Amino acid sequence: MNLAQLPVLEQAIFVLAALALLASFALLAQTRLTASIHSFAWQGAVVALLTALVATVGEIHHLYLSALLTLSLKSLLIPWMLHRLVRRLDMEREVETIAHPALVVLAGAGLVVFSYWVALPIERLELASTRNIVAVSLSVVLLGLWMMVARRQVVAQVLGFMSMENGLFLAAVASTRGMPLVVELGVAFDVLVAAVLFGVFFFHISESIESLDVDRLNRLTEDEGGS
Amino acid sequence: MSAASFTPLAVTVFTPLVGALLLAVIPTLGLAGWVNLGLTLLEFAAALLMAADVARHGGIIAHSFHIDAFNVYLVVLTAFVGLTTAIFSRPYMAEVCEQGRITRRRMQLYHSMFQGFQFTMLLALTTDNLGVLWVAVEGATLATVLLVSLYRTPESVEAAWKYFILCGVGIALALFGSVLVYFAAQQVLLDPEQGLSWSVLYSHARELDPAVMRIAFVFLLVGYGTKVGLVPMHFWLPDAHSEGPTPVSAVLSGLLLNVALYAVVRFKMLTDGALAGSASPDTAGHLMMAFGLVSFGIAVLSLQRQRDIKRMFSYSSIEHMGLMTFAFGMGGALATFAALLHMLVHSLTKSAIFVTVGHASHIAGTQSIEHIRGLIRTQPAVGWGLLLGVAAIAGFPPFGIFTSEFLVLSATMQSWPWLTLLLLAGLVIAFAGLFRNLHPMVYGAAPEGQVAVRANMVPVVIHLLMVLWLGLSIPLFLSRWLDEVTRLISGGGLL
Amino acid sequence: MGDFLSPAGWLLALVQALLFALGAPLLAGWIKRIKSRLQNRRGPALLQPYRDLYKLLGKKAMVAHSASPLFRAAPYIVFGSTLVAVAAIPLLAVSLPTAAVADMIVLVGFLALARFFLALAGMDVGTAFGGMGASREMLVSALAEPAMLMAVFTLAMSAHSTNLSSVMQFNLESGLILRPSFLFALLGLVLVAIAETGRIPVDNPATHLELTMIHEAMILEYSGRHLALMEWAAQLKLMLYGVLIANLFFPWGIATRLTLPALGIGLLAVFLKLMLLGLLVAVAETVLAKMRLFRAPQYLNLAFLLTLLGLFSHIIMETGT
Repeated sequence: MNLAQLPVLEQAIFVLAALALLASFALLAQTRLTASIHSFAWQGAVVALLTALVATVGEIHHLYLSALLTLSLKSLLIPWMLHRLVRRLDMEREVETIAHPALVVLAGAGLVVFSYWVALPIERLELASTRNIVAVSLSVVLLGLWMMVARRQVVAQVLGFMSMENGLFLAAVASTRGMPLVVELGVAFDVLVAAVLFGVFFFHISESIESLDVDRLNRLTEDEGGS
Repeated sequence: MSAASFTPLAVTVFTPLVGALLLAVIPTLGLAGWVNLGLTLLEFAAALLMAADVARHGGIIAHSFHIDAFNVYLVVLTAFVGLTTAIFSRPYMAEVCEQGRITRRRMQLYHSMFQGFQFTMLLALTTDNLGVLWVAVEGATLATVLLVSLYRTPESVEAAWKYFILCGVGIALALFGSVLVYFAAQQVLLDPEQGLSWSVLYSHARELDPAVMRIAFVFLLVGYGTKVGLVPMHFWLPDAHSEGPTPVSAVLSGLLLNVALYAVVRFKMLTDGALAGSASPDTAGHLMMAFGLVSFGIAVLSLQRQRDIKRMFSYSSIEHMGLMTFAFGMGGALATFAALLHMLVHSLTKSAIFVTVGHASHIAGTQSIEHIRGLIRTQPAVGWGLLLGVAAIAGFPPFGIFTSEFLVLSATMQSWPWLTLLLLAGLVIAFAGLFRNLHPMVYGAAPEGQVAVRANMVPVVIHLLMVLWLGLSIPLFLSRWLDEVTRLISGGGLL
Repeated sequence: MGDFLSPAGWLLALVQALLFALGAPLLAGWIKRIKSRLQNRRGPALLQPYRDLYKLLGKKAMVAHSASPLFRAAPYIVFGSTLVAVAAIPLLAVSLPTAAVADMIVLVGFLALARFFLALAGMDVGTAFGGMGASREMLVSALAEPAMLMAVFTLAMSAHSTNLSSVMQFNLESGLILRPSFLFALLGLVLVAIAETGRIPVDNPATHLELTMIHEAMILEYSGRHLALMEWAAQLKLMLYGVLIANLFFPWGIATRLTLPALGIGLLAVFLKLMLLGLLVAVAETVLAKMRLFRAPQYLNLAFLLTLLGLFSHIIMETGT
């Protein structure tokens, strides 16, 4: 099946998926906290729009609800919460130094290739037209994971975590036209609780180590065996 | 579909939910402890009732719940360990509160989250929906993150953060795997809404696409494996166990790891079905064996260099979970039976050990192995409890773990003879590491001024007696039961 | 492909090259004009670049004592190779006789040739500014070229050809298809074009004062007709990238048959497209600030990443099995 044979709306779905991937890279390379949060918000919006498009194309009405949920949660509520936290912790102008930015991004590109390879057997099945997005969503998931590994800033790690969720949602929407509503609500609830918990943790961490740099969370090592 | 009644199941699962909400608003500390105890008692009673019902009438598949021999035994185990931990936790946490390590509000949070944790685990065990299973396991993470960071020391915050991040990542991969399973199901099932129902999927397992299921299983194994504590995603486990309150360590080690392993085994059953006709039908099993064996080995070696008593035992948990994963992966009736038995005895023993360790660290005022000395002189009950518990976990003969480890070894001998040597060496090394540290803690000279604490050894005694009983002779009803589970998982019975 | 021997075709190709050469200063003037309007200035007249060129061409070229013959030859080589590159690009119509050489890799090669001599000339006199400019130009181009090639490959993978004319025809025939890979290639190519033509935020064409200048530093020693040729070549390059972006990604309007009305529409279309593009460039240059030179590699890495993503998304999402 070729992209050219699909209707324009479905082509737009692919473009949006690609934009979500781009947002992942933006998150990965972005060193300014506020800009990172914006990138994350954009990714949420792109994923929500994609969901709405999938709902329109497939006439699946419960997906509109998921799209709305994603939009309000991932692109409005959570970024807003993070913004507020960043303001309250006085870190708006914080710029994180990444050790080897070019290498980090190149490794990210490597992850995209890897996810393509992993998803290849799935794409060989000639099933849904949007199945090709599985590889993209896996890339978004892995890039989120990579961001959590490569970045040392707590807020950046949280953004990585949340963008992994975006990738998962994208996978669900693209490959299976969304999960059953119960599951989606459950996942959304978990994400929300996680976001609140993250906020709580920011305060605890900044209280206990007076910074939000994960490298300073090093009290628990094997050799010292804790307190 | 079945004659077994739904009510006990509902009571078992939803009591803790009600309890969590109730305990969040009870301000009185003493009362909350008792209410917590009462709730767990109710859960256990309902679980027993349900088990009896299921034993008589067969499983329940209704209202998106699925009960068969496999999970009913884990539900009873979970409710039981929850009960004994609640018995232990009431005076223990009261003492912690008196020491001023924790505020009243956080005690409220503790009790509420204890029940919340119980709820998520019971829900994960009983649900038929694989998506709900995921949500429940993630919920368990969120509940325990709050419990681990309860003391709010920098160390506990750090441990909770690592736990949160690592398990969050793992569980996200598991969700990706679940999405893939759902994707595979949609190609087979007519009603997409049923695509996450385990029982429906299991009946169609052979039709699922093997390529997709193979990829899905890798993600699921890595994802839920993070929760099981499999190497290399195990880093959270020692931290979370050592920094959380002791009752939390007990339920984490005794229950949460089991629930995660349960999820892995459920997915293995599906994957095995899907791969049955393909070129490599044992991929899932081999993966589990590899992960299990590596975890076992790494944990045994890491255990040697621990200085914190709770960290040492959490590595022992990784070791045993690795062994179980290995045994489940090996498949076959004998190995599966052994793994199931091991799950049971390990939960009982490990929670007993953590309870004892909690008392021991109260006596010594620290968790550092170097400073815990002369327990038997100061408080014989705690000292002997620790000694016997460690003897049991190390696999000394009269205890149940000896039986299950012996079965695992014989199963290995049958199918992978060379690995037996590795396992034996690992068990011996673990044994040496545990006893090298245990000896001075139990027998050494007690430091000046070390006094006994108010200890509640009832749960320890009950657990160790049960483990001893299981080691001497497995009661007939239990062996039948485990055999039925074995038949369910591996296709062939032992008896 | 059109008829190689048709005289009309050759004539048209010649006209096209002339149009290119004559239109380039207009585009530069247009951008300058819009920019000054946006900055609330009156700005120079639209035809000012022509007057400048005319004036410079009439003046005697002063050459430094330390300059070698290469210094004198460089303007002709630079202008010549840019003009050849430009002549191959379909401006009004596809399938002209010149289309046979209108290969994207050849194009990159011609531009590299021009740049090579530009950098050599910059170093030739031995002034500090010239050397600095040359080394910076090489830094930028070394990073920009892979990105440019990657964008080319991305397009080529969809069109199964690296020939500009074929790619345009392919795009015309397949109609409006939203291809993620084209989106990325477009974004990447825009970034490359900005860097290569020395616009803000990589370089500032309007100043001779900044220590961070690149292009202006290299041609600082030139005067008279040499300078005119260098300036003209730079304007040609700007228009080249503009036409490339406009006609590759939005080829609608370009003539496919060699009839007068079709050619008229082609001219009008490309004129409008370039006007719009110039407007966008002016707005972008007004909004953005020039970045520090040390950030240029990051910027070009982004361009490379974009084009790489374009390639990936083509492979992942656009190929069916």
